[in-house]
Amino acid sequence: MHFLLDNFWDLSVTGLAQGAIYALIALGYTLVYGVLRLINFAHSEVFVTGTFASILVLHMLGLGSDDPVPSAGLVVLYMVAAAVAAMIASGLTAVVVERVAYRPLRRRNAPPLVFLISAIGASFAISEAVGVFVGRNEVRVPNLVQPQTQFHLFGAAVSNRQILVVVSALVMMVALDQFIRRTRLGRGIRAVSQDPDSAALMGVNADRVIALTFVLGGLMAGGAAVLYDLQFGVTRFNAGFLLGIKAFTAAVLGGIGNLRGALLGGLLLGVMENYGSALIGSQWRDVVAFVFLIVVLMFRPTGILGESLGRARA
Amino acid sequence: MRFQRMARVTIAAAVIALAAAGCGGGGSSGGGSGGGKVDYASCKYQIGFFGALTGDAANLGINIRNGAKLAIDQYNAKAKDCVGLVEFDSQGVPEQAPPLARKAATDKRVLGIVGPAFSGESDVADPTFEQAGLPTITASATNPKLADHGWKTFHRILGNDATQGPAAAAYITGTLKAKKVFVVDDASAYGKGLATLVKAKLGSALAGTDTVQQKQTDFSATVTKIRASGATAFFYGGYYAEAGKLRKQLSDAGGKGIMMVAADGVKDPGFVQAAGRAAAEGTIVTCPCLPPSKTKGTFAADYQKAFKIAPGTYSGEAFDAASVFLRAIEGGKTTRAAVNAFITAYRGDGVTKTVQFDAKGEVTDKVIWAYKVTGGNIVEDQEVAQ
Amino acid sequence: MSTVTDRLRGLDARRVELVSLPRQWWGSLPTPARWVVLVVLAALLVALPVLNPPLLSTPDSDFPTVLFIVGVYCIAALGLNIVVGLAGLLDLGYVGFYAVGAYSVAVFGSPSSALATHFPWLVCIPIAIALSMVAGVLLGSPTLRLRGDYLAIVTLGFGEIVRLTALNSSKLGGAAGITEVPAPPGHHADGSPVFGVLDAKPYYWLALVVIFLIVIASRNLERSRVGRAWLAIREDEDAAELMGVPTFKFKLWAFAMGAAVGGLAGAVFAGQQGFINPESFQIQLSILFLAAVVVGGAGNRLGVVVGAVLVAYLPERFRALAEYRILVFGLALLLMSVFRPQGLLPSKRREVELAVRREAVDA
Repeated sequence: MHFLLDNFWDLSVTGLAQGAIYALIALGYTLVYGVLRLINFAHSEVFVTGTFASILVLHMLGLGSDDPVPSAGLVVLYMVAAAVAAMIASGLTAVVVERVAYRPLRRRNAPPLVFLISAIGASFAISEAVGVFVGRNEVRVPNLVQPQTQFHLFGAAVSNRQILVVVSALVMMVALDQFIRRTRLGRGIRAVSQDPDSAALMGVNADRVIALTFVLGGLMAGGAAVLYDLQFGVTRFNAGFLLGIKAFTAAVLGGIGNLRGALLGGLLLGVMENYGSALIGSQWRDVVAFVFLIVVLMFRPTGILGESLGRARA
Repeated sequence: MRFQRMARVTIAAAVIALAAAGCGGGGSSGGGSGGGKVDYASCKYQIGFFGALTGDAANLGINIRNGAKLAIDQYNAKAKDCVGLVEFDSQGVPEQAPPLARKAATDKRVLGIVGPAFSGESDVADPTFEQAGLPTITASATNPKLADHGWKTFHRILGNDATQGPAAAAYITGTLKAKKVFVVDDASAYGKGLATLVKAKLGSALAGTDTVQQKQTDFSATVTKIRASGATAFFYGGYYAEAGKLRKQLSDAGGKGIMMVAADGVKDPGFVQAAGRAAAEGTIVTCPCLPPSKTKGTFAADYQKAFKIAPGTYSGEAFDAASVFLRAIEGGKTTRAAVNAFITAYRGDGVTKTVQFDAKGEVTDKVIWAYKVTGGNIVEDQEVAQ
Repeated sequence: MSTVTDRLRGLDARRVELVSLPRQWWGSLPTPARWVVLVVLAALLVALPVLNPPLLSTPDSDFPTVLFIVGVYCIAALGLNIVVGLAGLLDLGYVGFYAVGAYSVAVFGSPSSALATHFPWLVCIPIAIALSMVAGVLLGSPTLRLRGDYLAIVTLGFGEIVRLTALNSSKLGGAAGITEVPAPPGHHADGSPVFGVLDAKPYYWLALVVIFLIVIASRNLERSRVGRAWLAIREDEDAAELMGVPTFKFKLWAFAMGAAVGGLAGAVFAGQQGFINPESFQIQLSILFLAAVVVGGAGNRLGVVVGAVLVAYLPERFRALAEYRILVFGLALLLMSVFRPQGLLPSKRREVELAVRREAVDA
């Protein structure tokens, strides 16, 4: 207890950086759930392909894994390239998952459970394919940001990298929120998520909306992938599995189907894990996360902010 | 709609292609993996390898398999009756062990097992081998308790964790002269066991402890604990992937100066890969294994030639283990009981040590070496007194 | 391109025809003939590990052990079928109950456990079942008010909590696990145990007996008042509640029954394994159990058994695929759900539902 209080702000800052990544991935789960009422189990692999795509692009641009940090101007260029690559790769993976594992089943009007299994099959297959192609060892990310303390928050050092991760994540989430609120395509998504049948009657092309939803989720996962690469500096073919489960937990915690819920859930989960680890030991980290979820759901059965992509914005 | 059809066909084609490719690959590795020299399956006697060749823990398993394979291939090049190598890929997972162990036990051509590679799978498989009278020599399972079951067929060709833990602690307080030491383990049987031994030996120098989870990525809480403890060095009991990530995150958070000491589970190039060269530099890794450059004879060069890579952790020990079986077969010991009796009475020079087992099956000549990450490679530093 | 798809479709239609043939043939048989067929089939099943048929047998691992593992998957899948297939509750943490069952046998039976009660296997079985049921009720009572997918993530979390608790409690053996888990009783005439470590055939036969008992029990359960209540809940929970079905109580029952069978599966597994540690109870196992239920045909016992056989047997049979094993398995899962969304052997009721829904869509 003493330790937790002494290092409260330090734990909060690092917890928020991890939580921001949870939140970005959670958006993918929440978007798909909002529209289809299904858990996209393959979303973790959507994320993983992004982490590898950005490494690939950096290598192609001539940046080796153990090269020193390039000059400031180049760093921006590299970062943009890595982000674009990750978002394209993740977006594409998401589209492929939708086409291969979801659309055929939607056509056949299959029960929800079957979607779960086809998505699990896709998840195994993608993750293992990555394992076969790039190997099963840790793969190092070229170093782009040398962490340096920028300022102190109540005594806790805040590094440039933590600022970058949290701010980028927030910017992406705000952009997505605005997109869904303000654009025509966004309106389509809200319409389908509120009432698919009426939306179809009103001339909304459900297939296109659903594909768009997967793409948006993929883009967010791609963003998360770059931030993950920056933050941890290493990835692996199966890095998505646990992270995906945590992100899904975050989405449910905040209220699945609710974009702001995903943000809240992600950040909350990130800091709770850190507090729990400090209090009773890091080996109980995941237990803390799941117990926290169960307790929250007992009091708020649809998450902290409640469900629904469509309604929560109003 | 058309895309959907195409996608289905593509997947179907991919499955078929993969299945075909897999079958081809599997066939060659199962049957004629003698590198074109000998068809192992046709040999009258077989030596088994039991451990992970695929999955998360494959690196170590492949090192061991290659060491054993080199010994067998060298033997076959001279002997008139060939000896085969049969692989039991457990993926290092205990629940995969029973069908493989029984397969080995019921195949009468198998006269000895190099392995099982990990302690967990040993707990499952060794009772079966004991019942079948099938002798085993493990080149990597270091849980001390394995020797306490009274298994007559159990042998271990390297020092167990009970010798490595205190040696690591002695290195930290003696050679590194650290006054405050933090100890982290990964809750695995191996990591926790080692950490417990190190803690006991550290005594008042122990500044704090934490336990992490395997497959964890974010170690920020542990990093905060290590830094808050004021430790100048920390010991990590666990495997290389988490060790590398923890090392990097500690350095990133301003803990560059805190020395890291770890044990053989971290002695893998994957550690440097996960931590990055800069962060990994200077890390000390202890191992009850002899550096390749210190191995006797032409082992290191032969291995390099055969596998186009330098010998890995425990490759030399596996070579020695397989050699013991081969000498038994060479000497006309062609039943399991005879081979086991041969091993019990055996004394001979291997490439890593003088091989001789005590009554519990532990090797009598134990070495502990400290290695140091230098320039991105894990190179030998010095032998550690026990 | 289209000719290939057409041919695939044609093949699919032919396969559907072929699959329905045995059913028609079965329907046309007189009762005594059915009994004869059943007895022959049962005899074949019992003799399977002895016959060791060439194509069916696993070339790279011990066939009787593989059959036993398949049997354990069948038991677990039958139990999960009660929760998922009959009551329609999505449980992603079923491995938690399996673990509770296995640990019950280890903790109460092994002389090296912290309790050291050293109970024989047979005494441990009822303890395992009871404790799993308790775990089911403990998990169910706070969470069964949650709907569908909330339940999924909560149960998944529960499975992890069980594993991590075992991992981090030295009383439960920690990561090192518990050795000397007792095997089922019995001795041959020469004093050697029937359930030894070398021969897995007795374990397989034991699993067969357990499967048989569970099939009978769950068949009766399904046709009882409880079974009909589950069906009503699965189809429409609100309607069921309005019609006076105490849905929460029956959902809890489904959870408890499913948990009991899961615990039994774990107990049988532990007896054969002789050693358990938390590594054997990862989330992936929950997913495999669920895949068995869904791929086979949720709600139909025979289908679930077929699903379990596929999920457990295929990876062992095709060990030669080595690196590609899980990749191919994932693709197979994907293909099976895309081509047979109703499952390989769907429950008749579900098949009709699906057809009706499809018509509604097409219209």
